[in-house]
Amino acid sequence: MSAITDERRPDDPSVPDDASTPPGGRPGRDALRQMGSPHRARNVKDVIARVVMWFCFFLAMVPLVWILWTVISKGAHLLGSMQWWTGNQRNINSDDAGGGARHAIEGTLQMVGMTALIAVPIGIFTAVYLVEYGRGRLAKAISFTVDILSGVPSIVAALFIYAVWVTTFGLSRSGFAAALALVLLMIPVVVRSTEEMLKLVPNELREAAYALGVPKWVTVVKVVLRTAFSGIITGVLLGIARVMGETAPLLILAPYTKNFQRDLFNGNFPTLPMMINQDRGDFALATAAERMWAAALTLIILVLLLNIIGRVIAYFGSVKK
Amino acid sequence: MSSVTGVSATDELPGPDGRPPLSADAASTGRVGDRIFGGAATLSGVVVIVLVSLIAVFLIVQAIPALADNSANFFTSREWAPGGEEPRFGILEFLWTTVTASTLAMLISVPVGVGVALFITQYAPAWMRRPAAALVDLLAAVPSIVYGLWGLITFSPFFKPVQGFMEDRLGWFPLFSPTGISGGTIFFIGIVLAIMVLPIVTALSREVFDQTPLAHKEGALALGATKWEMIRTAVLPFGRPGVISASMLALGRALGETIAVTFLVSALADGSPWTWSLFNGGETFASKIANNAAEFSNPSKTGAYIAAGLVLFVLTFIVNSIARVVIERRKAFTE
Repeated sequence: MSAITDERRPDDPSVPDDASTPPGGRPGRDALRQMGSPHRARNVKDVIARVVMWFCFFLAMVPLVWILWTVISKGAHLLGSMQWWTGNQRNINSDDAGGGARHAIEGTLQMVGMTALIAVPIGIFTAVYLVEYGRGRLAKAISFTVDILSGVPSIVAALFIYAVWVTTFGLSRSGFAAALALVLLMIPVVVRSTEEMLKLVPNELREAAYALGVPKWVTVVKVVLRTAFSGIITGVLLGIARVMGETAPLLILAPYTKNFQRDLFNGNFPTLPMMINQDRGDFALATAAERMWAAALTLIILVLLLNIIGRVIAYFGSVKK
Repeated sequence: MSSVTGVSATDELPGPDGRPPLSADAASTGRVGDRIFGGAATLSGVVVIVLVSLIAVFLIVQAIPALADNSANFFTSREWAPGGEEPRFGILEFLWTTVTASTLAMLISVPVGVGVALFITQYAPAWMRRPAAALVDLLAAVPSIVYGLWGLITFSPFFKPVQGFMEDRLGWFPLFSPTGISGGTIFFIGIVLAIMVLPIVTALSREVFDQTPLAHKEGALALGATKWEMIRTAVLPFGRPGVISASMLALGRALGETIAVTFLVSALADGSPWTWSLFNGGETFASKIANNAAEFSNPSKTGAYIAAGLVLFVLTFIVNSIARVVIERRKAFTE
């Protein structure tokens, strides 16, 4: 607390020592009067701090509103047409208007679906290990690597998969290769959120199960995981939302196609970020720019939907303390 | 845990019932089911370790041949001509651009992010806290490719006059000397990165500020502190390790941010003179790799890019490890 007293040192001439703390414990009247100026300085600082905090918040809101307004005002138009939701971009050049995005929407969903299929079991089992089994060095090492993995840049994950998939095994770039890179990005999110939820499960539930003679693994599956279920779902959805907008791995591993393509394992693969990237090349053309913003808006809507669903599930199904 | 950062500053704190989170116990019965399930859990954990080690191993193994053929110094050369008979490439330019742009992003986003976190936890009226936090988190939900588009098309025209003004008034200072490049300068990229990592700084700082013991805050207020003095003497010291690790995580994100930077950078012409100016162009590690994804045709070329990726991996590894160590030490104190 020394910092507070900085402004009212006992040797400060404006605050006579004897007057400031008379035996009654209250500052004397003289002291109050004479304290005026440092007191005001402190109040001014307080007001300045308050103003700065409010300013910071509104400063942070500027880009958010600006970005959302830009994307909505420039891209909403195309989303109103039926074709956007049913067609693809086949035979549509940069200077043709409109076209559909269904190929890219389906492709993105299919790719993140595959990603989740691989990442979710690994993530949940790892979290179960860390909370229910882990002890000693191995648990510490796993926890550390999960942190490191959550910091791996998406481009490095993509390079790694490229080095394994294409350079070492000689396989071709495909939607599946990109999904593998996304798995690396999604695992840490799933592990951390699941871990958090498992820790919220009261110990009494576990102990009650053990007391009844239930084996540990049945306890984990039927009591712990079931209690934490909604929280885990939320974590998974947020993890999917996080990888859905990733572009760098797609750029390296999954070349774009304007056609419908449902085969993850062979050939080019359509995704929303790559569709945006495609039209970015010609954004000077009004038609391409409009399509680019519309695809961006579609992507934001998908990500937001996942976020909202995740939060709603978290809100209604949270572990009650 | 924050859904934005995927990391919590309070992971290891005791649970609501005051007991530490349940750690491993001897509840296993040794039955087949138990052994299989426990084995599967251990296996996934080990898979994660193996994956991270493999990232390092593969990048190193595939970078070595290219580095061996390299006839320029990898760390001090500004040339980038991989492939061909006599490949010459160095990372100095990428290192400079990546580190300066990220540092600049930190200089902007850490003060603002902490301010936002203090606003949400200390100043905002109660009804505003949750919506305000959700709005800042929304910044994290915007895909980075959208930041790239917005920065490239909408924001950069607004920034050009600002840069012109700064070059006029501060141009005598080497960091702000004019270079003739406008648009995707290091300075501009730093600002966009700052916006992108702001929710990370805010989310984690908010979490630690919320954990400040009520007794500390009330103690400060009871001693006659104003609200700001209370924050300075109770909230900020308590939250400092959290803020540091939040900044490190954000720095890691900024260093590796790819697609937005790829859209924004103005690549330098070969052989352009060295300058300290922040208003210069130049590629970052991530953008250089992403911009040349189509060039991954022959192994020696690819190896050069993988070597660049390896340096980026090491950079983010160090930064994230520091964040982790800071969090660990804080836990040691609070427990």
